[in-house]
Amino acid sequence: MVKVGVVAVQGDFLEHIQALRELSGVEPVVVKSARDLSDVDALVIPGGESTTIGSLMRVKGLDAAIVDLAERGIPIMGTCAGAIILAKRVVDRVVGETGQFLLSLMDIAVVRNAFGRQRESFTTDVYVDGVGKVRAIFIRAPAIVEAWGEARILAYVDHYSSGKVGAVAIERNLLTTTFHPELSGDLKIYEYLLSMAKR
Amino acid sequence: MFKLVDSYVYIEKLRDLIYQLLEARDRARSEYSTAAPNNPAIEVGSTLVKLGFISMLKGGVIMDVTNEKQAEIAEDAGAVGVMVLDKLPYDVRTSGGVARTAGLDVIKNVMETITIPVSAKCRIGHREEARLLEEIGVDLIDESEVLTPVDDKVHINKWEFKTPFVNGARSLPEALRRIYEGASMIRTKGEPGTGNVAEAVKHMKAVVRDIATLRGYYESGYLEGLWIYAKENNAPYELVVLTAKLSRVPVVNFAAGGIATPADAALMMWLGSDGVFVGSGIFKSADPEARARAIVLATTFYDDPETVVEAQRMVSERASMLGIDVKTLKPEELMQTRGV
Repeated sequence: MVKVGVVAVQGDFLEHIQALRELSGVEPVVVKSARDLSDVDALVIPGGESTTIGSLMRVKGLDAAIVDLAERGIPIMGTCAGAIILAKRVVDRVVGETGQFLLSLMDIAVVRNAFGRQRESFTTDVYVDGVGKVRAIFIRAPAIVEAWGEARILAYVDHYSSGKVGAVAIERNLLTTTFHPELSGDLKIYEYLLSMAKR
Repeated sequence: MFKLVDSYVYIEKLRDLIYQLLEARDRARSEYSTAAPNNPAIEVGSTLVKLGFISMLKGGVIMDVTNEKQAEIAEDAGAVGVMVLDKLPYDVRTSGGVARTAGLDVIKNVMETITIPVSAKCRIGHREEARLLEEIGVDLIDESEVLTPVDDKVHINKWEFKTPFVNGARSLPEALRRIYEGASMIRTKGEPGTGNVAEAVKHMKAVVRDIATLRGYYESGYLEGLWIYAKENNAPYELVVLTAKLSRVPVVNFAAGGIATPADAALMMWLGSDGVFVGSGIFKSADPEARARAIVLATTFYDDPETVVEAQRMVSERASMLGIDVKTLKPEELMQTRGV
């Protein structure tokens, strides 16, 4: 059994848990505090509000425990809000500097609400290097605008107002998607995460 | 004498009518098309994208605010969204008069100040207020009983909007009627602006009780029970069946109406809410910053008594809004009976 933790302080963690349940040999684990992380083989930081998740992570020491997990090489996937929290540099398209709490683990720069507001949320097909074509649901989504060091962009989305921007990035054991694999019923991204766990 | 040929003429007209209806349907489809204007591969405003957005709010707190200062306090406290009003529900209640949607400039200011989703209320049945809110880019529209309804029979047809809607409900049939009209999210009505959570508890329990009943019918194979329930309660049959299968409200269901303390929020979460709206409870208290933060904590960690205690100690009961006992309100002063 591969134990995959899902950070469950706010957001659509239940959808991630339900998607993980569809994969054989996977046991999803609800993670609310540092002690829930003791024996996970991989971790998912879900979608939600990144400001809320970031601040609630610190209540029970999850922040330090996740940094420790990342340093031990455990695969961590952040989707949407999760991608923001993993990034080193974050600005909002309208507000600019957000001053929010970040784990600052990945060498990527992210723009929050990059495509606009909820009205502009969209669905499209995205081609992910090493994964293939996936149905991608972008909700008030961020965009990965820069990757440096060991970070690499694996997928782009070509958007009518924001241009061509990063949608998936990887850096060693860290994976981010700015869309929501948990909403599309497409499990390819999870399989990719699990293959990272087996490596 | 009626000739068979007359009937042929009639049937031909009937055929034309059917074709006209089909054309009208196609026109409606292209009018509400979800393809982005200059990039057909990108689909915006679909039902999935609306419901998906609401999924992201789960486990969070949406706070009523009347200006960008309050919105900043809400964001800093960890709210997942704000609801912009002209007056807080308590003030709507005490000031009387007609309550309408908030000023568009006020909403715009809030949108330019914070990064979290911004919601606003429109009057029940007021399609044009909703259109204005969609046009300026509000993320979620609350067709709310807190404002003065303009139509006491029909709600807005929410399917024609690209922006998701939330509606209040006192019971499961009311919730299912709103979903049938296109609501992407439900909240209890409670009794807004009272600082008294009793009505929200009553409404959430009514929903939970009906779901248990429907689940029972479904599992025991008594499907006729679902049919009778739908008929007797004026609830859409398809959604009754869906509710029975899922064993929950088929969309995200928040608590609202009278939540004033961290313990109130924890109670509503324990009753099965997916999250919490706080109206007057925060900015009608004497300690809004601490209270906002404490309610966020109690909502996330509602099943961990230690943290709820910690949250409850962050606020002072002396600072809570005084509130109104619902039993002292006259029937015409109740907001929950608007738009059922």
